[in-house]
Amino acid sequence: MMSILVGLIILLSVIVLVQILRVNELVSEVKDQDANEITDKDNNIQGILTFAVFGVLFLGFVLWQFKYWGVHILPPASSLHGATIDTLMNFTMGVILFVFFLTQPILAWFAYKYRGRKNTVPYFYPHNNKLEVIWTVVPTLVLTPLIIYGLNVWNDITGVDTTNSKIIELYAKQFNWTARYAGDDNTLGQANYKLVEGLNVLGVDMNDDSAQDDIVTREVHLVVNEPVLLKMRSQDVIHSAFLPHFRVQMNCVPGMTTQFGFTPTQTTAEMKEQEGEDFEFVLLCNKICGAAHYNMKMKFIVETQEEYNAWMASQETLKNTLTLN
Amino acid sequence: MSEHHKETFLTKYVFSLDHKMIAKQFLITGMFMGVIGMLMSILFRLQLSNPGESFAVLEFFLGEKWAPGGVLDPNIYLALVTMHGTILIFWVLTAGLTGTFANFLIPLQIGARDMASGFMNMLSYWFFFAATIVLLYSLFVESGPAAAGWTIYPPLSALPQAIPGSGLGQDLWLIAITLFVVSSLLGGLNYIVTILNMRTKGMTMSRLPLTIWALLIVAILGVLSFPVLLSCALLLIFDRSFGTSFYLSDIIINGEALHNTGGSPILFEHLFWFLGHPEVYIILLPALGIVSEVISVNSRKPIFGYKAMVGALILIAFLSFVVWGHHMFITGMDPFLGSVFTFTTLLIAIPSAVKVFNYLATLWRANIRFTPAMLFAIGFVSTFITGGLTGIILGDSALDINVHDTYFVVGHFHIVMGLSAIYGMLAGVYHWFPKMYGRMMNKKLGYFHFWVTFISAYGVFFPMHFLGLAGLPRRYYTNSAFPMFDGLSDINEVITFFAIIGGLVQLLFIFNFFYSIFKGTKATENPWGSNTLEWTTPVERIHGNWPGEIPTVERWAYDYSKPGADQDFVPQNVPLKEGETEH
Repeated sequence: MMSILVGLIILLSVIVLVQILRVNELVSEVKDQDANEITDKDNNIQGILTFAVFGVLFLGFVLWQFKYWGVHILPPASSLHGATIDTLMNFTMGVILFVFFLTQPILAWFAYKYRGRKNTVPYFYPHNNKLEVIWTVVPTLVLTPLIIYGLNVWNDITGVDTTNSKIIELYAKQFNWTARYAGDDNTLGQANYKLVEGLNVLGVDMNDDSAQDDIVTREVHLVVNEPVLLKMRSQDVIHSAFLPHFRVQMNCVPGMTTQFGFTPTQTTAEMKEQEGEDFEFVLLCNKICGAAHYNMKMKFIVETQEEYNAWMASQETLKNTLTLN
Repeated sequence: MSEHHKETFLTKYVFSLDHKMIAKQFLITGMFMGVIGMLMSILFRLQLSNPGESFAVLEFFLGEKWAPGGVLDPNIYLALVTMHGTILIFWVLTAGLTGTFANFLIPLQIGARDMASGFMNMLSYWFFFAATIVLLYSLFVESGPAAAGWTIYPPLSALPQAIPGSGLGQDLWLIAITLFVVSSLLGGLNYIVTILNMRTKGMTMSRLPLTIWALLIVAILGVLSFPVLLSCALLLIFDRSFGTSFYLSDIIINGEALHNTGGSPILFEHLFWFLGHPEVYIILLPALGIVSEVISVNSRKPIFGYKAMVGALILIAFLSFVVWGHHMFITGMDPFLGSVFTFTTLLIAIPSAVKVFNYLATLWRANIRFTPAMLFAIGFVSTFITGGLTGIILGDSALDINVHDTYFVVGHFHIVMGLSAIYGMLAGVYHWFPKMYGRMMNKKLGYFHFWVTFISAYGVFFPMHFLGLAGLPRRYYTNSAFPMFDGLSDINEVITFFAIIGGLVQLLFIFNFFYSIFKGTKATENPWGSNTLEWTTPVERIHGNWPGEIPTVERWAYDYSKPGADQDFVPQNVPLKEGETEH
């Protein structure tokens, strides 16, 4: 019944539209005009509209969004390298907003200013090599520092010295994360997907000496201002370890290990003071991985060395978990 | 072919060899797919702004199984996102855009009676048609259509255990895309050969309209990159069906350890993006060509810096082959490679900037005639600027770390590639409609269509940058699982509101299109006062394009408002006057 009604409404709207168009065309015919010819009046209205919508409404909407939705933008980075990304981001954002607020108004203004009128003779101006050189060279000059600056930041981030970093493995599977601390020797025991069985969810080779002190956890605790090196693996499909507050993201790819080293600079407690009691550092999955992709998360906690030690002391080594259970 | 031969209904409307009819077939198929793709986006937008709420419309379209109680199933959400991307990128903006305008404009604008091979051209459409049928069929299989994202990264796309869409749906997707690549290659080779060999007397390369330059470069891009997609898809078919391990290694799925070792999903990503990035420009360049033509004609001024425009097109096309790695900065690829791809990617900003400034210079001191086509062309310049600028952030590997795969990316590419290309396509339809159907589209509906589209499109996609900067990942069924995103629901509601408005107004365009085919006011031979050769053909469609001799070309295509000329345009076939210099 409902669908018949909807169908009827659609049919009626089409008929109404057709009739409106017919009337419109007949009126023009009576006035001996072509209904679809573009008149000076059209140019005037559309030119003014272009200025109003492109130049005022749109740009106003952009500013409005910065004012009211800017609060949702992530807080300043809570990691050492993240701060350099933020500075680069602000610089780049400044440049592109400048170009944006320069070119969009020009477009709107030209459309309005040069709206067509009968008897206006436009300026025949096929090219001007000097101008074209200028607007090839100027963007190049603007981009050069952007590229050099960007590459420097990238090299610093990817080339960070990880020799003293605490090694933590992140293991992704549909649809959860598991972490493994490398223990006192700071070396992760070998793992193989064929060894995944029962409680040994990561497939750690327990015959490997370095595996003896490994600790498997369901949340990650980090010590503030101490470098860590995350090593990522995946069990099934591609996942992506995304820690937006630390400006960290790296894909987890089955069959290979990827890594990302960084140093957290703010404790969870400090962030709670700034951002409110609900704040948590959180690890998200940011590569489409299946039905519950949207709900694949793990808590990260940044704390002082003492708090960390206390938490670590309460954790069971993987070896104990496997032998005692 | 030079004579207007006899046509039956079947050879005229169905198995037509006439490039103009084939163009219309591509256009109407593309529009049909566009409506489906758009409808899908509105369905998943409802879920994103009102997660978990029941909508009768969801149940109506998706049924009790995929939207139980009117609430979208998470797997079907991913399937809708995947099919929306696939349809819009390949079916609408590749075949619908290039297929329409390359077929329609190439012979008409270069002065040829038809394509080099009319038969190949027809085959190209029918392969596309077959691909369309297979893809649409996949919407009706039990396990749902492909759901691994339009980029179909394995292992997700390779393992039916990982997501139901990777069952039969993914097989059909791969078959459809294979047929699509065949169609695209048949078309592309034809376009290249036709443009290089069949230009009329006097139509030198330096007199080619910019539309043809753009379409030539697009065809070359397609011929070089689509075969790579085909091989990429074939290897995936092998992994899925014949037990090979090109992309698979060390996998446990549903508790079962697979035998595959030694493969790499990263290999897939390299192969895929070797097509995938040029594909972005395959979509964008025809729009650039159309917009150049429309802006020049309606500014009543020559396009500013013709040679620079051609140079910029070639440079953009060349660079598009050496930037694919910017989709993979965070895959664990060697950081040095990341540096190289950052460098090449940011270089694209230079020819793009040249194009924008040349458009602005064309509008400067113009006498703008605001046809609906011209409005869409100006809208294109706006979205091209907006979306191009955010590309500077995404192309920078260091900045990409934190916005990769967030809504910032969704906002960026929908504006620079989606909107720009759609605006280019709509500008083209409004502009060449009189030549296609011999009638005019209603201008008032056209104006209304443009303004609602323009406002709602920015209303949909600009706010997405803020979602992205808030860290919200794309392809999330809902963001309610993370308290950090709780504040974003008002943005999501605004986006969905504009998406529905923007979607509905496209139906008005489609109404205008079909109404005008049958009832529009009659067009004259050259309603816009254009210089290019297609406007020298009669209103009545004939196979062979010109009833008599093919015109010869005496000048470039942009002599608008030339001092000393009798009127404000001088068609390309008018000889230079005594003492007149070519621009």
